[in-house]
Amino acid sequence: MRRLIVIALVLGLATLAAGLIATRPSFVHGTELAGLTGDAGAGEAVFWAAGCASCHAAEGATDAARLVLAGGQRFASDFGTFVAPNISTDPVHGIGDWTLAQFVTALQNGISPEGRHYYPAFPYTAYRLAERQDLADLWAFWQTLPASDTPSLPHEVGFPFSIRRAVGAWNLLNLSDEFVVAGDLTEQQARGRYLSEALAHCAECHTPRDALGGLDRSAWMTGAPNPSGSGTIPALTPDRLRWSEADIAAYLNDGFTPDFDSAGGHMVSVIRNMAMLPEADRLAIAAYLKALPSDE
Amino acid sequence: MTNRIRVLAAATFAIIGVGATATIAQDLPAPVQARQGQFQIMALNVGILGGMARGNAEYDATAAQTAADNLVAISMLDQSFHWPEGTDNMALDGTRALPAIWENLPDVVEKWGAFGAAAEGLAAVAGTGLEPMQAALGPLGATCGSCHDAYRAPQ
Ligand code: HEC
Ligand code: HEC
Ligand code: HEC
Repeated sequence: MRRLIVIALVLGLATLAAGLIATRPSFVHGTELAGLTGDAGAGEAVFWAAGCASCHAAEGATDAARLVLAGGQRFASDFGTFVAPNISTDPVHGIGDWTLAQFVTALQNGISPEGRHYYPAFPYTAYRLAERQDLADLWAFWQTLPASDTPSLPHEVGFPFSIRRAVGAWNLLNLSDEFVVAGDLTEQQARGRYLSEALAHCAECHTPRDALGGLDRSAWMTGAPNPSGSGTIPALTPDRLRWSEADIAAYLNDGFTPDFDSAGGHMVSVIRNMAMLPEADRLAIAAYLKALPSDE
Repeated sequence: MTNRIRVLAAATFAIIGVGATATIAQDLPAPVQARQGQFQIMALNVGILGGMARGNAEYDATAAQTAADNLVAISMLDQSFHWPEGTDNMALDGTRALPAIWENLPDVVEKWGAFGAAAEGLAAVAGTGLEPMQAALGPLGATCGSCHDAYRAPQ
C-alpha cells in the first residue's frame, strides 16, 4: 500500500514537472529578429487587418480616436470578463518601453515580458501565424501612435481561471502553427487565408468553441453563439453564406449586405478595419471564404 | 430643422406598454411588424443608391434623388408607436431589438437623429452626380451601423 502511494506520488510529480516544462513561457529573442527592419507605412495596413483598435481603442471610438489604444473595453466569456489593457506608447501605463522581441513574444506566444501567460481573449493564437516582417512593420507603425496615461483595469475572472499558468496547458491544446484551411489554394485564396486566419481572426467570432473555450477547428467558420448576449454569429461557409465574392468584398467595405441591410454588432468595428485595406485584400478574403470546407 | 426633429423624437419615443408576452414570430405585435417594415423600406431605398454607388446599376439622378428624399421622409416619421416596452428580443421571438434600447432611450433617439441628419445631407447632393452621392452615402451607412452595433442582436 505504502509503495503504491509512493509510486503514485512520484508519477504525479513527474507529470506535474512535465506539465510545467511543457507550459513554461517561451520567449522570442532579439537575435531571431535582428535581420528585420520595420516599415511604418506597411505596418499601418497590418494594424487595420489585425484589428488591434477594435479591442484596444475605447468602446465605440471612430476615426482618429481609434488610434488611441487606451484599453477599457470589456469582453464577456464563459470564464469571466476580460478588460482590454492600455497598449498605447505610454511607457508607464502602456507598452512604450517594450522591445520588438517583447512585442513579438506577446503577440505570437501569448507571454508577457515578465513571463506571465496572457488569456486567449487576446487572439495571439491567430497572430502566431503572422509573418515576422509584418510584426516588425506593425511595431514601426506603433512608434507613430499617441500615448495615453489611462491605467489598465484588472480582469474580472474567478478561480480557477484566475490562475494564468493554466493557460499554458490550454496553449498545448490550442496553439497551432498550421493554417486551418489546407490544400491547394490560389495565390489570392492564400492571401485571403493569411489575412483571415493570421491577422483578422474572423474565426474568433464565427467559429464555435469547445468546453475549454478553444476554437473547434473541425467546425471552422460555421457560426457560433454570440458571446456578448443573444443571437447567433452567422456562418461564413459557402453553403450558408451564398453571397457573391463581389458582394462579400463590398460588405467588408461599406457594411451593406446584398439586400442593403446594414451590418451590426461587433462586425461594425471589423468592417471599419477592413475598409482601410486595399480592395484586392477584401476580394482575397472573399475568395478564401468561398474556399472554406462546407458544414454538412 | 434637425434639432426640431430631435426634440420631437425625444418627446415621442415614448414608452407605451402593450403587455406583450412571449409570442411566436408569425404573430408579432403590430408595432414590431411596423418598425421592421419601416427598416425594410429604408433598406430598399438605400439599395437604390447603393446599387449605383457600387457600380451595379447606372447612376440615375432622378431615382437617386427620390430614394434620398424617401429616407428623409422616413427619418421624420414619429417613432412613438413603434417601440412599446416589452418588445425586446428577450420578451419576444422574431425581433432583434435589444433590451438596451429601453435603457438608453436618449442615445437611441440621438442615433435616429443622426440617421435623419445624414439622410438630409444625402438628399442635398444625391441628384447632383454619382461622386457626391457616393461621398454622402458612406456617412449615412455609418449611422445605420452605429445603431445596429449597439441595439440590434445578430440573427
Ligand atoms: C479580441 C480582442 C483583442 C484584439 C483584437 C487584440 N487584443 Fe491585445 N489584448 C486583448 C486582451 C483582452 C488583453 C489582455 C490579456 C491578458 O491580460 O491576459 C490583451 C493584451 C495585449 C497586450 C499585453 C499588454 C500588457 O500590458 O501586457 C499587448 C501588447 C496587446 N494586447 C497587443 C495587441 C496588438 C498589437 C493587437 C493587434 C495586432 C491586439 N492586441 C489585438 C484583447 C485584444
Ligand atoms: C436608431 C437605431 C437604428 C438606426 C439609425 C437604423 N436601424 Fe435598422 N434596425 C434597428 C433595430 C433596433 C432593428 C431591429 C428591429 C426589430 O427586429 O424589431 C433594426 C432592423 C433593421 C432591419 C431588419 C428589419 C427586419 O425585417 O427585421 C433592416 C433591413 C435595417 N434595420 C436597415 C437599416 C438601414 C438601412 C438603416 C440606415 C439607413 C438603419 N437600419 C438604421 C435600429 C436602427
Ligand atoms: C468580433 C467578432 C467578429 C469578428 C472578428 C468577425 N466578425 Fe463577421 N460578423 C460578426 C457579427 C456579430 C455578425 C452579424 C452582424 C449583424 O448582426 O448584422 C457578422 C457578420 C458577418 C458577415 C455577414 C454574414 C451574414 O450572413 O449576414 C460576414 C460576411 C462576415 N461577418 C465576415 C467576416 C470576416 C471575413 C471576418 C474577418 C475578416 C469577420 N467577419 C470577423 C462578428 C465578427
